[in-house]
Amino acid sequence: MSNVTYASVNVGDVIPALTKGEITRTTLGLFAGASGDHNPIHIDIDFAKNAGMEDVFAHGMLSMAYLAQLVTNWAPQTALRSYGVRFSAITHLKDRITCSGEIIEKFEENGETRVRLKLQAANQDGDVKLAGDAVIALP
Amino acid sequence: MIDSSHIGREFGAHTADIEKGRLRFFAKATGETNPIYFDEEAAKAAGHPALPAPPTFLFSMDMEVSDPFEILEIMDIDLEKILHGNQEFTYFKDVYAGDSISFTSKVTDIFDKKGGALEFVVKKTSATNQNGDVVAEMTRTIVVRNG
Repeated sequence: MSNVTYASVNVGDVIPALTKGEITRTTLGLFAGASGDHNPIHIDIDFAKNAGMEDVFAHGMLSMAYLAQLVTNWAPQTALRSYGVRFSAITHLKDRITCSGEIIEKFEENGETRVRLKLQAANQDGDVKLAGDAVIALP
Repeated sequence: MIDSSHIGREFGAHTADIEKGRLRFFAKATGETNPIYFDEEAAKAAGHPALPAPPTFLFSMDMEVSDPFEILEIMDIDLEKILHGNQEFTYFKDVYAGDSISFTSKVTDIFDKKGGALEFVVKKTSATNQNGDVVAEMTRTIVVRNG
């Protein structure tokens, strides 16, 4: 993964995709504890129904953590300069998230050669849940 | 409507320790397969002084504040109505197990769309390590569903 260099990549290159396991109630329970986000809407079906939802649903930050893994599987985290996403749709139980990324820009900034990745997390039906980008410094 | 006079308000100052056990739990909960995030020997072999905090982990550490929903209480927003709209991180320094990170937050914008059916609160958080170095900035947009 550390073999990626600025000269070796081109705009339009796609980085290796990452597909995660099915999201279960256990996934959400563990992530609530590990992430410190104890909002009951993700773990308590009674609370979720009172809020007008059919069931609990995934933390947006869970998919954002998955999408970060796509990036850190490709380039070392020490090279990550920025990372942002828009949560465009709710991720539900039984969804399987696939993360994908494409190089959309090569540029120099702050004395570094950098690339911008366009990022996306979508479920098994292709419904986009998160869209965003990351800037990575490459040697 | 949320009172826009809250723009500029500072809140939620606190300090959190980056603990390796918690990093391992986060790695497990997110199905992490890269051993540098849960195996200290692998992290050191890859040149890291300790387990690294993954890219979104500081968001979790900011949730360690004594009342993570204080911003909602201040603005009288119902927890049942909120969604996470946007999240951005800008990174300046690496963060590792053993670091102690101090957080300060500020409301930087409040606006609405669709005639007030959706309201947005933007919160910017700065994270500083034990050496006084700013390690990251985070910007979170909270969406409030009215109606």
